[in-house]
Parts: sequence; structure tokens; C-alpha cells
Amino acid sequence: MAATALLDIQGLDTWFFTRAGIVKAVNDVSFSIGPGEVLGLVGESGSGKSMTGYSIMGLVDPPGRIVGGKIIFKGRDLVGMSAEEMRQLRGNRIAMVFQDPMMTLNPVLRIDVQMIEAILAHERVSRAAALDRSREALTKVGIPSPESRLRAYPHQFSGGMRQRVAIAIALLNRPDLVIADEPTTALDVTIQGQILFEMQTLTRETGAALIWITHDLSVIAGLADRVCVMYAGRIVEQGTTVDVLAAPRHPYTRGLLDSVPGNSAARQRLRQIPGMTPSLLELPPGCAFRTRCPRAAAKCEQDPEMRQLGSGDQSVRCFYPLEAQ
Amino acid sequence: MTAQAEADVAAVKPPLLELRSVSKRFVRSLDVVSRMANLLGSHVREEVIHAVDRVNMTVRDREVVGLVGESGCGKSTLGRLAIGLLAPSEGERYWRGASLAGLAPATARKQQLKMQMIFQDPYASLNPRMRVIDIVGEGPVVHGLIGPTQQTEYVALQLNRVGLDPTLMRRFPHQFSGGQRARIGIARALAVKPEFMVCDESVAALDVSIQAQVLNLFMDLQAALGLTYLFISHDLRVVRHISDRLVIMYLGREVESGPTAEVFATPNHPYTQALLAEVGKLEPKKRSFVPVKGEIPSPLSPPSGCHFHPRCPYAMVKCRQTAPPLVKIGPGRWSACYLNDVAFG
Amino acid sequence: MANEQTPFKRIASDFAANPIAVFGLTLLGLVVLTALLAPLISPQNPYDLAQLDVMEGRLPPGSASPAGGRFWLGTDDQGRDMLSAIFYGLRISLTVGVLSTLIALVIGLALGLAAAYFGGKTEAVIMRVADIQLSFPAILIALILLAVLGQGTPKIIAALVTVQWAYYARTVRSAALVERRKEYIEAARCLALSPLRIVFRHLLPNCLPPLIVVATVQVAAAIALEATLSFLGLGLPITEPSLGLLIANGYQYLLSGKYWISFFPGIALLMTIVSINLVGDQLRDVLNPRLQR
Repeated sequence: MAATALLDIQGLDTWFFTRAGIVKAVNDVSFSIGPGEVLGLVGESGSGKSMTGYSIMGLVDPPGRIVGGKIIFKGRDLVGMSAEEMRQLRGNRIAMVFQDPMMTLNPVLRIDVQMIEAILAHERVSRAAALDRSREALTKVGIPSPESRLRAYPHQFSGGMRQRVAIAIALLNRPDLVIADEPTTALDVTIQGQILFEMQTLTRETGAALIWITHDLSVIAGLADRVCVMYAGRIVEQGTTVDVLAAPRHPYTRGLLDSVPGNSAARQRLRQIPGMTPSLLELPPGCAFRTRCPRAAAKCEQDPEMRQLGSGDQSVRCFYPLEAQ
Repeated sequence: MTAQAEADVAAVKPPLLELRSVSKRFVRSLDVVSRMANLLGSHVREEVIHAVDRVNMTVRDREVVGLVGESGCGKSTLGRLAIGLLAPSEGERYWRGASLAGLAPATARKQQLKMQMIFQDPYASLNPRMRVIDIVGEGPVVHGLIGPTQQTEYVALQLNRVGLDPTLMRRFPHQFSGGQRARIGIARALAVKPEFMVCDESVAALDVSIQAQVLNLFMDLQAALGLTYLFISHDLRVVRHISDRLVIMYLGREVESGPTAEVFATPNHPYTQALLAEVGKLEPKKRSFVPVKGEIPSPLSPPSGCHFHPRCPYAMVKCRQTAPPLVKIGPGRWSACYLNDVAFG
Repeated sequence: MANEQTPFKRIASDFAANPIAVFGLTLLGLVVLTALLAPLISPQNPYDLAQLDVMEGRLPPGSASPAGGRFWLGTDDQGRDMLSAIFYGLRISLTVGVLSTLIALVIGLALGLAAAYFGGKTEAVIMRVADIQLSFPAILIALILLAVLGQGTPKIIAALVTVQWAYYARTVRSAALVERRKEYIEAARCLALSPLRIVFRHLLPNCLPPLIVVATVQVAAAIALEATLSFLGLGLPITEPSLGLLIANGYQYLLSGKYWISFFPGIALLMTIVSINLVGDQLRDVLNPRLQR
């Protein structure tokens, strides 16, 4: 599987060196994704899912930096790559869509200027050709009357439209990998549905691989082939979406699924995970979930490794994984 | 009393809160420059947003009413109208049958304490420069519910109720997590002994696991204290879980309402159907999302007639011309759609 | 985490993280201490005309003094020991600067809060007056006022207050407009607290950070303005020289080799203003909520 992988992350560590101590935002994270695959990266705040995305893109700012591991993209290790080489990949072969479209869009530039700039940064084509491609991209993401919308400024679009433009820009250069960091979280439910639909269609069309970062398991359910569940900077469970959602093996995944209303009967108490996510500055030694886990035992004071379960794709970071059902 | 008699009495007893035909308009009046421009011949118009348009709402004792809608639907505005933070442009509010308009200041203050709000943003809803003991204790002390010497004890009681450690009461909000701040906000509201609480997207900003804790807390408090809730949310799964009755809004108007289970089982209005179709389910089947088309219109220039007609798959000519009235389509069920005329003849 | 990490402790520890700011604070502390202890540490009382001897005038730094010590920084044309004059001058400059800033702050605060909370005509009137005032150069307004009022410390303070209040009013109003929309203010209204209580207990403390920053920097500006006015001869009387007046006195001697009469007061003024600005800069960064958390 690793041989045909588009992106293969091995033991990634991204740490933040703050005045208060070292924050291990991404801790020994390993997963891979093949061409055209959709991978879901699921976790709550502080789980490290967004930071993993930023690490792949090389967007980690001081006081954070990648301290270890490999990010192998099409055979080349992104860790330790020069800034220039990274720049050639970014926006070109790997693209990112952020939660806030204004992280992509410059508020003082017109849309056509920004899109043409994105194309010309990586390819030598005529401006007319670039403009044509931009218009096409806008049509593809479902923006009506693209000709006039090209000459508009970001503030003249609604939130959903802006996100569509951001997605269009991400897909302009036909990247091999798209990382989407909660792009629909801030949008209304009906718009969310539209955006999900379009992203699914577009990535299928272009054959791009998609890493979808979210806290919402139901989005993953309909979208992703495989899913990684993260907690306190580590991956705690991995596997195909079908397996992980139908029969989660890690107590946290189980707890997460139980916390979603709609899974349990209405007006009943939800099965909640007690306590809170520990501060990354004060992680308990051993398994990070130990303090909230109903199954924790003495052995959990040691660091569990990711272990494959059975013959399938599923692996779990737990000494006492739940039984398969 | 027989069960039937009890039910009759309950039906006759006035509802806890009633909003009759309330509207709220936000007007951005012209400034000096625009007025001069108009004098010179341009036609700069005042901008009016009809945030809430002639909505009727009834909340009964111990009920949980869910208020659902997307951006621009006016649910937050309606929540604030219900609580009294905003004055309605039109319409009246009634508490247990008595009008809330024109109350004497002392009575109005007492009345206000009975209706409290739990806010959305756990960071902005607590005064960053006040200690928790003061945040929670200020209201009761100022209004004479407790004496100043009893503040520590009373606040400890409230914090315990919401599952927070009372020894933390001298800390400041920034020293707490998002979930804990949400609880502090709830403690603040409980401290003034309310009967009615409006929860405005109170769990939207929380992580899923914390959300579950806070939802459980809401349900526990309701059982223990006999509270009544108006639960405002855009998340249908949460609303379905916690509410008895559902009210769905679109661009300032109520489009459908009814008992939660029934609305979910048989949604009537096309907008409700579209919303419910988007509710994420946890079945790992690759769905092809079939979205409702179009964008949510801006509240500054809503479509004519039925606000939903540009996006409605069943739109008729009539829908463009006049807004359909809310009609009763079953016991406790209301919907504003001309399709019902066709169906019910 | 500290058990009761007050906002003050947090600000203090953030402040201390920048060595330049700590240097600025130390320097400022030195200046303030000197000003406070001026009567105790000055070799001579420069206001006591009996002690002055014109024959001792214009002596270079290090010259022996008849009282037995040395004129460490020389003497000015009146025979005043420069060191003592600078100490007393610092005192006056700082007093005038700080007092005028404080009074302007209180007035600006009250007006700015009123404008933000009540809006409507109140706001329009207050803000338009402030705008008009701010469109005139400060010096011009001060000069006109002093020409009318005459000389003297209270009058200079009055002029400086008139010139400065508008900054505070504007700053407070902007901050208050932002805070007024926040949910904790809505919560306070939900709790049926009186408008007065909401403005002073909830709104005001949260509008202070930008105000503190402006005030710190404005003290320096007030001191500089006062020095300018004194330099131009419209400020404090000649018998109680502030730093500006000392510089003015020595101006004529600059090119004839007797630099010390202007130079040393100038250095003292520079140190004061720079240290205040360093502290103000760091305070602004530290109090900026966007850089926190």
C-alpha cells in the first residue's frame, strides 16, 4: 500500500516551544493516502488535526516546527525541503482550503487578479488563457454568471460563495492532493450540503486525493473512504470509514459517536465522555485518554503504540481496545 | 382530578410566554451625506431589514421549544425579543396571560429576572475583568436575593449545580476552558432563579464531547428545577434530541411548527424537507449529496411573496405573489405553504 | 497555572518578557525617583535666589562651587547649578505632564463613555466638538489659550488638558462601541442591572487597556508640548524653570562653546520621553487582546 501511496506520513512530530513548555501539537502521526482517495481526519479542538494539515503544507509558524518524522509526497520528503521547492509544490501539486475563506482571499484584490496570479505563479501561460481557466473554474464550483463575478471583490460575495471561490482557487492547477480544513463548519447547513457535493464531484473528476479535516463525524460518514481519529496530538484509531463508524475499537471513538445526538433516543441523557481534553502542556504520561477512559488500567500509564487489529486496515492505539461487534 | 380534567385545566391555563404577531425591523437611516444626495436627485433609500416578520409563538410551562433556521432567519432576534433585550417594532408579549408592556420599573426588573439567556460565545459572554464569584453573584446581591455576606456560599451552590468546582470561584474567565465557561454562564443565569431560559446557540461553539455534557446538564436542570426552554440552534440533531416542539424559521417568518417527532417524521414545508435532508447521519454510506439549490437571500432584499420560492422545487405562480399564511395542518401542527391548500382542498 | 492569576499579574509577566521594555521601565523609575527626591538630592536649591551668584554663571562642568562641592554639570547664566536645575526641572515637567494627562483622561473618559452609551445627539455633539478640536494643531490651541490666560503652572495644565481630552474621548468611544456589542453586556442587561452600573462596572474596565496605552504615550507628548511652550517663552515663569525653559535659556550659548546649559537638560528630557515611549510601546503590545491566548 505504501508503494502506491501519494502521501505517506511517518512518525510526524510538530512541536511548539513556548515559554510555558513544549506543546506536542502533532505527536508521532503516521498515515498514508493514495491517489483519488478521500481520507477523513477527525478530532476535537486541540487534537492536532489542523496542525497536521499545516505541517504537510509547510505552514507551521514559530514557535512551532517539525522536529521529526517524514512526509513523503510522490517520493520526496517534504520535511527539510527548501522554501523555494516547497513554494513550487504549494498551490500547485498540494492545495489547501481553510475554514475561513478570507484566509485564502485577499480583500483588496479582485477575484480575477487573484486567480490569474495563482495560475501564473506556477505555469507560463498567457493571461487570456489564465482568465479562461479561471472562468471555467468558477463555473465548475457553481458560481452563476462567472464573467461578472470575476471582476468582483471578495466582500461582495456571501460566505458560501467565498468558500466556493477559495475551492476554485485551490483546484485551479489541478493539484494531486487537496487538504480541506473544516471548510464547511462556518456555513449554513443547506450551503454545507452543496459544498460537500461539489467537492466530492470535483475531486472525483480531477482524480485528486482529498484530506478532509473536521470534527463532524457525519460529514466523514458520507464522504471519506478512510478515517483517522485524533486525540491530544495522536492518532488513536485508523481504518475504513465503514469499519470505524460501525465498530469503533478505541474508547474515545466510541465516546465521540455516543456524544452525537441523533444516535441515541431523543430526550435521553447522552452517553458523555467525562472530564475535558487535558491541556497539551500537562499531558498525563502514557495514554493521553487515560484520565477520561472507563477502561483505563495500570498498564495505560505507558505509551500505547498503534497496533493493527486483525487482517483488515484497522489499527488502534490502545492496550484494551473495544471488542469487535 | 381525572387525567382528562387535568389536561383540560392545563390547556386553559395561560402559556408561560406568548408572543403575538411580533415584528422587528432594523432601519439604517440616511446620514447627512445621503440626505444631501437625495436632495440633489439621487434615490438613496433607507435600508430596512425585516429581521422578524409577524411571528406568533407560544411557550408552555416546562416545555422545550426548539427554534431552528439558518443565517438571516431571525431566530436570534426572536430569542432576544422573547427575553426583552430588544423591543419589538410591533406586537405584544404576554407572561402567564398578562401583558409585559408598560410595566413599572420595579416590576419590570423582577420580571426580567424570570427570563434569562444563555449565550453562544463562551469567550465573549463573560466579563473578562470580573472573577467568577462576582459574575455569578452580582445579580443576586444587587437585586436583594441574597445578602452580601452570603455571596460565597450561594455562588458555591450554583457552581456545584452546573458541575464546576467551587474552589475555582476566585479565578477569572480566561483561566477556564470553553466548556467550563459555558457552565459559568448557566450558573449566572440560574443564580437569579429564572423560570424561562433562552439558549441561543449555547452549544454551537463547543466540542462534540463537551456539547454532550452541556446538553445533559440542560436536561438535568430542567428535570430538577422545572425550567422552560427556548432552544435556538442551527443544528437539527441537537434540537431533535432536546426539544418537545419545533419552530422553523426562514428569513424572518415562521414556516412550520409542531411536535418534534412528528415534524421529523413527516416534514410538511419544502424548506423543512430540505433542512432535514441535510441532517448528517452516521451511516457510512457514500451519499451523493442532493442539495437544495440556490443561496440564502439577503435579508435586505428578500424575495417577494413566499421567501422560499426561488429555491423551492414546487414553486407556483401564487408563491411569488403573496406570502402564504400559517395554517393548521394537524393537532399542534402549522405550516405556511400553498401546497397544503392543494392537499387539504 | 497560578491559583488567582489576576489580569495584572499576567500583564506584568508578559511585560517583563521584553528586556528593552524592562530597561525603559527602569529608566523611567529612575527619572520619577529623581523628580520625587529632588529637594533631597540637589546640591543647591535653584529657586532660592539668595543662593545664586551671577558671578558663578556659565561655569563649565566640573568646576568647583563656593559651597565646597562641584558644579557637576556646570552652571547656567544665572549661576544655577545645572544638576539641581535639571532635578527640579524634571519634577516640574513630570508633574505638569502627568497631572494634565490625568485630568484630560478623566474628562475624555466621561465624555467618551457618554457618547458611546447614549448615542444619538449626545454622541454627535461630543464627537463633533472633539473632531473640530483635533483638526487644529495642538501648539496653536495651546498658544492661543496661554496668550489669553497668561503664565503659571495651573494655566499651562489647563491648556494641556484642553488640547488632550479629545484623544481620550475618541479612544474610549471606539473601545466602548466595540465592547457594548459584546454578549457580557447583553448578559448584564438580562440581569436587569442599572445602566450606570453597566457603564462603570462592566463597560469601563474593559475599555481601559487602549486608554492606558494612549495615556502613557500622551504623558510624553504633554511633557514635550510643555517644553516647547516654555521654550517659546509662554510656559512657566522664569523663576521655576522646567526642562524646556532651561533649554531655551541655554540656546543662545550653544554655538559659543557653553553647550552644557542646553545640552544636559535636553538629555534629561530625551531620557524621560524615550523611557515613557518604551514603556508605552510594550504596554500596547502586552494589552493587545489579539496577541493574547
